[in-house]
Amino acid sequence: MTRPSIVLLAVLALALPLSLLAGRVWIDPWETPNAAIILMELRLPRGLLALLIGAGLGAAGAAMQGYLRNPLADPGLFGIAPGAALGAVVSLWFGYAASVWLLPTFALAGAAAAMALLAAIAGRTGGIALFTLAGMMIASLAGALTALAISLAPNAFAMSEIVTWLMGALTDRSWGDVWLAAPLILTGTVLLRLAGRDLDALTLGEVAARSLGVNPAALQALLIAGVGLTVGASVAVAGVIGFVGLIVPHLVRPFTDRRPSSLIVPSALAGALLVLVADCLCRVLPLVTELRLGIALSLIGAPFFLALLLRMRRGLA
Amino acid sequence: MRLAARDLSVALGGIDVLHGISAELAPGTITALCGPNGAGKSTLLAALAGLLPPRSGAITLGEEPPPHLASRERARRIGYLPQNCEIAWDVSLATLVALGRLPHGDSASEPVAQAIASCGLAGLTARPVSTLSGGERARALLARVMAGEPRWILADEPLAALDLAHQLAMLGSLRQAAQAGAGVVLVLHDLALAMNHADRVLVLDGGRLVADGSTEEALASAIITRVWGVEAEWLGEAGARALAPRRPHSSP
Repeated sequence: MTRPSIVLLAVLALALPLSLLAGRVWIDPWETPNAAIILMELRLPRGLLALLIGAGLGAAGAAMQGYLRNPLADPGLFGIAPGAALGAVVSLWFGYAASVWLLPTFALAGAAAAMALLAAIAGRTGGIALFTLAGMMIASLAGALTALAISLAPNAFAMSEIVTWLMGALTDRSWGDVWLAAPLILTGTVLLRLAGRDLDALTLGEVAARSLGVNPAALQALLIAGVGLTVGASVAVAGVIGFVGLIVPHLVRPFTDRRPSSLIVPSALAGALLVLVADCLCRVLPLVTELRLGIALSLIGAPFFLALLLRMRRGLA
Repeated sequence: MRLAARDLSVALGGIDVLHGISAELAPGTITALCGPNGAGKSTLLAALAGLLPPRSGAITLGEEPPPHLASRERARRIGYLPQNCEIAWDVSLATLVALGRLPHGDSASEPVAQAIASCGLAGLTARPVSTLSGGERARALLARVMAGEPRWILADEPLAALDLAHQLAMLGSLRQAAQAGAGVVLVLHDLALAMNHADRVLVLDGGRLVADGSTEEALASAIITRVWGVEAEWLGEAGARALAPRRPHSSP
């Protein structure tokens, strides 16, 4: 394990227990009434979900940036997150979300459909340009259908529910969500880590990568599966949470040797930390209603993105 | 282990680019692929590396066609350096060269250090590639290929845009690799470099092999006139020849 990963693990080991105590009501494990129940049934699953989602999005971002050889790539660009969101919106539209399992199931089905479409369009050749365009087209289509669903919502309550859900949050999540997301996100992260060697080869471009033994179609399938599982499961349990996959690899890259493979695990750990801290902020900030996690991360992410663009511009000048 | 093309034809985007090329290349030598722009040199090199499927004919490495080898096995045997190779991330020179070990699935430090030393880059291992000069970068990319200890080194215009000293340094490294038993195939535009440093030259024109032989035979003035449309004369002694073009052959 590399030094950045060890440091991040140590910080996470400290941050998770502290995060359990943080909230609108700060918990003293010895004094607060029903502290054990609150910690075990509300705060711990929420904290673990934050870790899982952050890890999945961080790993997916690092892998996608390595795959596209572009530091501005984000897993949301490739249609899987919008596909999952569309699935969830459909379940809310029809009122199926009243059942605990149906919303995440629909979201996972949406992610799977986006993955299948992406693989069907781009998978045969393994070409990166076609993959990117296909992903953007799927993202655009899913976004348009989601907007259509909102505009044709059967009633104001459904519309409000859809819009609120799309903002992403970890409020009121339970162990059921953890058990649903954990195997999918962990499997996806392992798949992305397995793609590391081929992503390193892509540092030298597609042709050189093939000459180094990379099978482009197999790599693409691995990435679609890895990003699909991590991002699809994240959206299924928490809604759309942007910017993690974009920001985290940038924060971690200077502390690694900059190969995509050495970025995936530290990005997963840093993503876990970022979402955990952001969710704590959402709970702690004294607002009328709890700040949505997706909004909080976008508020952090957008200025970061702009700063990144300005730094790149200075580099080009 | 010989690398051979037998009656090889390759099409790109439905257009035939190579037509019926046959050549058997021996290890331990430097072979130059020469020809005017669009002659099919880069296509032939990529096809020899097993990266382009033949439309007809075959490429064989020993007894096996490279496209049929498992991609990693092919990568262990054939090191390929494309023209204008990009480096997407600002890795250190040592990390860049170590990418050559990917087909082996290890990060053996000995071959990486050897490749770095043989390309004269020993003092630069920790330098980010963005801080390297054009010549250092080109040598680092060649060292990346050599770190994989391939039986064949196939490089597309590795000397383009290098100054004289760097060209000679690169050719020295490649000659060392050939003397150690590797086969070296280079696409070269500079006919004098091919004449002075290759053991054999293949001349392509319009996707066909029009000359194949020793440097003196394949790059004879008559062939240069016919293929490049330029009347030219070789000056100097063997091993230090210079090409003196007179005028375009077909010009009034």
